[in-house]
Amino acid sequence: MKSPRKAVAIVAVGIASAGLLSACSADAGSDDGKVHISVASLIPGTEQAAFDAFDARVAEFEKLNPDIVVDPVEYEWKATTFTAQLAGGTLPDVFRIPLTDGRTLIANGQLADLTAQVEALPYFDQFNPSVLATAQDDQGNIYGIPREAYAIGLHYNRDLFEQAGLDPDDPPTTWDEVREDAKAIADATGQAGYMQMTQSNTGGWQTTAATVSRGGRMEEGEGDTTTVTLDNDATKESLEFLKELRWQDNSMGSNFLFDWGTINQAFAAGQIGMYTSGSDLFTSLTRENNLDPAIYGLAAIPITDSPEAAIMGGGTLNVVSAKATDEQKDAAVKWIDFYDVAKLVDQDAAVADAKILADQDQAVGTPALPIFDQATLDQSREWIADYINVPQDQVSYFAEGNVGRTLVGEPAVHTQDLYAALDTVVQAVLTDQNADIDALLAKANSDVQALVDAD
Amino acid sequence: MSTLERPARTPRRSPVSWVRRGGLSNLLFMLPLLVIFGVFSWKPIVEAVVMSLQKTNLVSPATFIGLDNYVKVLSDPQLGQAALNTLYFAALALLFGYPVPLVVAVLMSEVKRARGLYSALAYLPVVVPPVVAVLLWKVFYNADPTGPFNTVLSWVGIPPQPWLQSAASAMPSLVLEATWAAAGGTIIIYLAALTSVSPDLYDAAEIDGAGIWKKVWHVTLPQLRGVLLITFILQIIGTAQVFLEPFLFTNGGPANSTSTILLLIYRYAFQNSLGGNYGAATALSVLLAVFLAVFSLIYFRLTKSWSSE
Repeated sequence: MKSPRKAVAIVAVGIASAGLLSACSADAGSDDGKVHISVASLIPGTEQAAFDAFDARVAEFEKLNPDIVVDPVEYEWKATTFTAQLAGGTLPDVFRIPLTDGRTLIANGQLADLTAQVEALPYFDQFNPSVLATAQDDQGNIYGIPREAYAIGLHYNRDLFEQAGLDPDDPPTTWDEVREDAKAIADATGQAGYMQMTQSNTGGWQTTAATVSRGGRMEEGEGDTTTVTLDNDATKESLEFLKELRWQDNSMGSNFLFDWGTINQAFAAGQIGMYTSGSDLFTSLTRENNLDPAIYGLAAIPITDSPEAAIMGGGTLNVVSAKATDEQKDAAVKWIDFYDVAKLVDQDAAVADAKILADQDQAVGTPALPIFDQATLDQSREWIADYINVPQDQVSYFAEGNVGRTLVGEPAVHTQDLYAALDTVVQAVLTDQNADIDALLAKANSDVQALVDAD
Repeated sequence: MSTLERPARTPRRSPVSWVRRGGLSNLLFMLPLLVIFGVFSWKPIVEAVVMSLQKTNLVSPATFIGLDNYVKVLSDPQLGQAALNTLYFAALALLFGYPVPLVVAVLMSEVKRARGLYSALAYLPVVVPPVVAVLLWKVFYNADPTGPFNTVLSWVGIPPQPWLQSAASAMPSLVLEATWAAAGGTIIIYLAALTSVSPDLYDAAEIDGAGIWKKVWHVTLPQLRGVLLITFILQIIGTAQVFLEPFLFTNGGPANSTSTILLLIYRYAFQNSLGGNYGAATALSVLLAVFLAVFSLIYFRLTKSWSSE
């Protein structure tokens, strides 16, 4: 070494490099003897009161289960970010997925087997079998717990209805009435009378709901033998409907690129008269978009006379990361039971949950579909009747309109690819007056069929 | 008899002499850089090439499938449209984004007073975080007659424009914002280069009777040749990788009219919530990288004589 200063510098650089390398392998562990689980909490951007309500539930749970530590993580399921989180290992231990994704994620080995834990739940044999089936593999093993179920409904702005001289207590019940009301709203207020989601696969999702309501289906058959039927008459009719509203009536405003989050924003801001989305939307609209409950109305989606016409439903599963240990799985199912499910079957749990939500001004009594059976859902609503703050008379048209209707699930095979292909078609119809619906659907159909055939 | 003297033998490079000559300390000083570059740059690049030959969802074990990903990517009907859109974006960006900063820089260099103020103003958009800028412009581009840009247009009697809401105007709208956002950086480069042009040349041109445009054409541009060539290729490489604007403004819409190569790569990887096709995504990334490398080589080969003239 030529000089002591140089030697010191070299050693310093060496230490710094070694530190850099060792930092890569550092791992945070916990040695308090408790089971730690991270759980999906609320959507990023949710108002503080909702987080307070969530934290209150966590504190209560930890008091009941002193050996479990719950670590809430903000979470929003989005097709585009979910894959990255899944691959990157950044999902919480307990998270939520759409019913349609259960089977494939199970087959890919990405979810933990919860059979033992779920079968031990006191209400295990009461689950609606067709809902539970979305969380099971071919051998009947259970990988998830149904959390909620919804049907697509027609959300509308009562304020815009009044401004347009329409009766907000008489929402449209046919697609023709939707068209008339949309035109009235657009003419009177300058806002979009009717709008549909178009982006991030939600355009396909809502076009599928509109198709089902007109008696069409996007797929026939099962598994590898599935035939894609995007070019069915009901889909064409749904797109023609949009085309007429957009280009003949000019009742869809000027902006046509919306996904789930941005259409909710626009609706809460009073820019949209009517749109279709899941029936459980009220919670999110008030929590994330500051919707004034007084302007909110929910009606059943119109269905046609076709014998196949139905309402499309969906839902979410609570699932656990495949990397969870047995202790974490036990703790996870305890948490899911405590936070999401027990309130549907146990009076004390139902009241405790509703009380905390109501105290924090969070929605109680949002229209939902049963994950057990209708009687259980009705019973749970009775228990919490004192706390219900969702204006029931404004959303009653949803339940009344859906009496006796058939509920069908989302397309099962390549769901997100199918929705993505339809996004393009919907966008073309809304932004290009000369869009050729038949040709667009034929192309989308062959693209998705090619993906199915390649499996 | 004359003897040819053997050339002096180069000293043997033994490990000991290498250390004595400071080789070890050089290496140690370079180590942090090598490690950082290796771990965060070269390792991912090599891994990406390997992954482009695999079928993987990053959770289950990967399997090698040869060139299948490349076949799939090249036969994807969306590739043609994405490539055309990217070319369209690059062409529009060249049309607006290349000359505008040059003109502004030349004008600014002619300004004698408050040049710092103009530089700061020109550079300001670069300081705004890109996502913030795009979201701001998204508000400006509101296609309602009451949207900010449409309101301004209405003052001069121009009817409301659809901006992002039509396949025809979406891409130019993206380029407009991208040019606004990026021009500041290029202007600063040109300004710096302009200061290196000798004032004698301008004086000589002036004596010869040249006006401002002749001075620009015969003095400024030839003197900036080297910088212009570099900013040109940087612009091409940058626009070929455009992602932020189409992703945030339109997510590729309306009807794929703004879907670019990088957006397509993103969709392969992340569009399907049931496990992305990371193999196809990396295969297309590798193809794009190879294309840009080859393009740059040819470009420098073709312009070599010009730039060293």
